[in-house]
This record gives sequence, structure tokens and C-alpha cells, in this order.
Amino acid sequence: MSDWIDIAALSDIPRRGARVVKTHLGCVAVFRTGADDVFALNNACPHKGGPLSEGIVHGNAVTCPLHNWVISLETGQAQGADEGQVATYPAQVKEGRILLDKSVLVSRTPA
Amino acid sequence: MKQNLIIIGAGMATGRALETLLDADPDGWNVTLFNAEPRGNYNRIMLSPVLAGDKTYAEIETHSTQWYAQNGVTCRFGEKVAAIDRAAKTVTAQNGDVLRYDKLMLGTGSTPFMIPLPGHDLEGVIAYRDLEDTQRMMDLGPQNKCVVIGGGLLGLEAAAGMAARGVDVTVVHIMGHLMERQLDEAAGYLLRRALVDKGITVKCSANSKEILGVDGHVRALLLDDGTELPCDLLVMAVGIRPNVTLAQEAGLAVGRGIHVDDQMVTSDADVLAVGECVEHNGAVFGLVAPLYDQAKVAARTLLGEADAFKQKELSTKLKVTGCDLFSAGDFADGEGREDIVFRDPARGVYRRLVIENSAIIGAVMYGDTGDSNWFFGLIRDKTDITDMRDTLIFGPAYQGGTPQDPLAAVAALPRDAEICGCNGICKGQIEDAIAAGAGDLAAIKATTKASASCGTCTGLVEQVLAVTLGDDFVLPAAASICACTDMTHEDVRRMIKSQKLMSMPAVWQECGWKTSCGCHVCRPALNFYLLADWPLDYADDPQSRFINERKHANIQKDGTFSVVPRMWGGITTPDELRAIADAADKFAVPTVKVTGGQRIDLLGVKGEDLPAIWADLNAAGMVSGHAYSKGLRTVKTCVGTDHCRFGTQDSTGLGIKLEKTLWGHGRHIS
Repeated sequence: MSDWIDIAALSDIPRRGARVVKTHLGCVAVFRTGADDVFALNNACPHKGGPLSEGIVHGNAVTCPLHNWVISLETGQAQGADEGQVATYPAQVKEGRILLDKSVLVSRTPA
Repeated sequence: MKQNLIIIGAGMATGRALETLLDADPDGWNVTLFNAEPRGNYNRIMLSPVLAGDKTYAEIETHSTQWYAQNGVTCRFGEKVAAIDRAAKTVTAQNGDVLRYDKLMLGTGSTPFMIPLPGHDLEGVIAYRDLEDTQRMMDLGPQNKCVVIGGGLLGLEAAAGMAARGVDVTVVHIMGHLMERQLDEAAGYLLRRALVDKGITVKCSANSKEILGVDGHVRALLLDDGTELPCDLLVMAVGIRPNVTLAQEAGLAVGRGIHVDDQMVTSDADVLAVGECVEHNGAVFGLVAPLYDQAKVAARTLLGEADAFKQKELSTKLKVTGCDLFSAGDFADGEGREDIVFRDPARGVYRRLVIENSAIIGAVMYGDTGDSNWFFGLIRDKTDITDMRDTLIFGPAYQGGTPQDPLAAVAALPRDAEICGCNGICKGQIEDAIAAGAGDLAAIKATTKASASCGTCTGLVEQVLAVTLGDDFVLPAAASICACTDMTHEDVRRMIKSQKLMSMPAVWQECGWKTSCGCHVCRPALNFYLLADWPLDYADDPQSRFINERKHANIQKDGTFSVVPRMWGGITTPDELRAIADAADKFAVPTVKVTGGQRIDLLGVKGEDLPAIWADLNAAGMVSGHAYSKGLRTVKTCVGTDHCRFGTQDSTGLGIKLEKTLWGHGRHIS
């Protein structure tokens, strides 16, 4: 049973930018793409834990600011020759508001 | 017993002849070289790049004082020859010296033709022939106006060179379109448009009537329709005439030029002539390739070897940045001739092939001249084009169904295919040089001279290297910015300027980006280029900047940041130090370190504390030290005269001045 919570307005995140939602179980990075799609991922690169929310967003991917790993926002998979996986979370935009699924957020294991 | 060789004229033809001669027989000749210009041989065809500021004189000098000295050539530069006495086999120098020769070589070149308009002898009316003329044009700047009479190769190179220096240039051309000897009307139109875009005023079908002066200096050109074109300098570039005066006075056979046979010997068996002063089988010469051929033949004749000069098909390229233009062969309309034309006005591309009896006899290309050598080969070899007629106009890449690898096209060239037009170097000669050990472009240049003159064949020479050496040769290919595009940084910058692209989507669209919105490599670069070119029209995109530039701090391995306040020239104060210490306390900075660049680094600041810590540091008068910028970070100083026992100058003061002048985001150091 999903439990959607309103976290912010879409316009609170710049296009091709990100913001961080702090939870007791670690930070969740919420990305807004150039096409206004929204994705939520763990804010830690599978490589060295770099803060993905600080990276440059391009297409449906983000580049980690530490060592330029490129992570798919849709799947959480590292792209190209790199191998790794970031946890992804359901996110949606409804009437200009960004919604995350609380039930998934609280049931996860700490990052 | 050495023979006395006297050469009159130190130009490109005699220079090449001398090289060939002394290479083969270093000890056989006492050479005396006269030159009216007060210098030795330089690459005259590169005067236009010198004028445009792309090259310096030192770069186009082909024979230095040391070269002449090492080869035992007696140089008499800045001296003219007064007379030749063929019966006594002597020449008389201007100062009265009489010198005996066994062999005499004339390389007197050509004289620019000056239209005898009223006022043509005013001060400020010049030709475009030598370094002095070039210097006159280089002395002009944005405050000056110049009129160029003549819309041919030379006139346009002069006009473009001056326009690049900001001079207000008008080209006056008597014919209906520019470069009518090399271009047809359509290509002439595209060329005209490109020149107008460079800020040059072009007047075709314009008849000059009189050159107006004031106090003996040129003031304006008057056209016969009454238009007055004001100018500080008037350049006549309407053609050249072989300089035959000396030969004529010596009683040699002279027509338009000095008559020579296939061995470059004049009507006197001991007198040879090469270059622009000669007439061979009714033709005179102005381009460099046949002159070099003549020079080689003349040297062989002196060496007693058999060789013969043959006239070949010629091609022309215009050396104006941004105007790629090529023409070859005969492209006049005529009975029994057909055209194949490709036209893309939006891209400024035009190609026209003239076909007669199933062979190409002429080609005009504008805008995209990459395939010009291939077409030139088809013209020269009179290749039957029947089978490829459908796709001929698209070039070698589209012959045989599938696009060809450019390297495969070069690999398929026969050994006698010409690679370097200026120096007449064929593929086979380059292959031989590679076999003899030349492994890169510089070595090929040094051993064969291929690509050493105008340089337009550099890419081809590299491809021959790549094909011949295989894996041993790494083609210094211009790398594209990133996987989003095939274009290089330079390509994209050129597009941004020339197409007035003022936004990132415009660049992605016009440059054919393969991704929807770039990547972490190209976006910061584009953001910078757009800001640099259109500072008023383009708005900075923070999302295309690396995190450090967005947060004015350096991201560290654990995701925290380091903060480095600027200390101008390394000078600080107790107040600043106190403010830094207070900030370190307040934000629980775990590490405080003195950097290698005379500043203090606060390491381990949390991202969310950055606005607050900068607010405190700003309040104390400190700004970011840009320790993350690809620009000026710090200027390190010694204390200098203020304190140092050995100080002789105010080095700290200079450092502070430098830092205050050069700091800031916009002024990247490349």
C-alpha cells in the first residue's frame, strides 16, 4: 500500500538540478530532468559514496562529482564501463507537487 | 675547377633551383645571388597569412642568412643588376662591379601591373607584391580606410587580411563577379557574401576613373559613376607582368616573358631563366607549383642531366580564413559541355563539375573543398566518369555504394597522385620518405617539403602517414569534445560565433548534438563559450557548472567542502586571520591548513554551512580564492623592497596588482 507524501513543489528544484531529502535512514536525492521528469535515488554513488545530488544532470542520468561515474536516474545502474547500482525510489509529480512513497522510504535498509 | 654561377633574383623559383643544384653538387659552383629586395628568399605565397596576422615573417623565411653562408652563396641583397654583357659573359652590378659568369640564371620575377589612372603615382598607391607592401597594409588599423582595386586572388587576400585588422576595406572589381578567372558566377556570389560578412564592401562591375589626392597623398578613388571612395591607402592588385627589361636589354629573345625551351634555357645557351619572368610555349606563370617544376629542371640542366619542363593542369585555392574555395581546369560554358551542380546555399556549399566527352575538364568548389584533390586527379587523368556519374558530385566517399573510409580513399591513390600541389610532391615520394625513416609530419616536411608551403595538404600528408605506417602512426586527429558530438572545441566555437548561436539548445540543434541535453563534459564547456562570446545575450546556466563553481568551495572525497578565502598577493591582516579563526570555530571546521599558494584552507565544511560561512568571511572583507577555478587562483610573491635585505623591486605590490587585474570567473587562462 503506497503512502504518497508531498515533499516540495516541482519548481523548488531547478531543471537539470537536484535537492536532498534528509531521513533518519540517510539522504534521498530527488532529481528534476530537463524534460521535467522526477527521480529519487540514494544520494551516494556506488563507487566511493559521492553525493550524486551535487552532480551535473544530463538526459536521464547524473554524473557523480567525485570521479565522473554516470548513473542512470531510471534504473540506478552505473553506465558505460563502470559497474554498480544505486537504490531508486518511487517518485511522481502531481499538480506541480513532488510526491515520494513514504512506505518504501521507511522500509529500506540504511544506506 | 668551380664554375661561376650568377643568379639574378632571390625568389621562390631560383631558391628551389639553388637548393636542388647544391644538394646534388655542393662543390661545383661559385654562386653569387643578386636580389633587389634587401633580403633572401621567403615564401611569397604566405604574405597573405602574414598580413592577416596568422604568421610572422620569421615563419615564412625559407632560406636564412646561415643557410646562404653554410652553402657558400655570396649574397648581394638590396642590389640590382645594371646590365648583362653576353659576349663577355659578365654582369655589371649597380655599383659598377663587373662579375664573370660561366652560367647565368635569371629569376627576375614579375612586376605588378599598375593601371595608369590619373593619380596612380600618388603616395599611398601601392601594389601587393613584397614584404614592404605587406608592411604598409599591416600599419593600418581600425581608424583607416583602404580601397583595393582588383577582385582576384591577390586582391581578395589583401582585403581579407586588412579587414581582419579592423581596416574599413572596399574592393573595386571591374568584372561582374569576383575571381572571374577561377570562379563561375554562382560561386563568385557565395564568395562575395562571405566577404561581406567579414565587413568588406564589395563593388563589382565598377570602373575606376581617377585617383584623387591631397598634398601628394591619395585621398579617394573616383569611379566613373561619380562615387567617391575615401581611402588612406589604395592597393592595386590587378595582375602581374613578367619582368623582362634586363633580358630584353641583353638582347635575349623575349615575348610576354623571357623565352625558354623545355630545359629552361633562353636563346643564349649559357643563360637560363625560371619563374614568373619566363614564357614557355606561349604561357606565362603565376602559381608556385609550375615554378618549382621549372626550378628542378633548370638545376638538372646545369648539372648536365636530361630533364624537361612540362606544363600541367593547375588548381587554385584561396587563402582566406573561412572561405574555402577551389577551382581547377576549364569551367567555361561551351558546346558539348555539361554541368553537374550541387548547391546548398544555407550551408554556403557549392560544387560545379564541367564534363566533356565523359571526363571532367573543370571543377569549382566553394565552402567544402575536402574532396578537391580527388576531383583534381580525375581532371588531370581524364578519367572516364560514365559509371559514377550518378553520385560523382558527392565525392569519393559515395563511389561504390557505401561511404568510404577516408583512409581507404588515400590508400587507393596511385603513387603518382599529387599530394602537395605547391611543391609537386606525389604520394610515392612521401612513401619513399617514410620508408627512409620519416615517421611524422615534421619529418615529411623536412625531407620532401610536402605541406611545407601553403599547408592546405597537411591532412592528406597525415593520412598517407597513417596508411603507410599503419598502427605505428597515431593520427593526431582533432578529438571531439565528447561523445555527444563529433565536433571539436574549435569547430563548436567557430559555429557559436559565425552562426550567432546564443543558447545551448541552439548549439545542440545547429551542431547536431546526439544527446538531448549534452553531458557533464560538454555542458560546462558550452556554458563558458556562450558566456565568453555573448556576455550580454546569454544567461549563465548554474546547472552546467561543476559543483565547486556553484558553491564556491572544493568538494572533497567525503562530500564535504574546503573553503579558501582570497589573500591578495599573500598579504593578510590580524582582522582577517581572526575572522577565519572565528569561522573555523563557529562551523567546527576539522582541518585548517596553509596551502601551497599562500592562503588558508578550511577543510571539512558541510555543504549546508557554505552560505553561512561565506557570509561571515564576506563580512570581514574576504572573497573566494577560486581554488577550484580554471582561471587565476593565486599569485605567489616574495616580499621585495618593503622588507627584504636583497629586494630590488616591489614584488608583493606587483603580485597584488596582477591578482587584482586577472582574478574572476570570466577570465580563464587557457
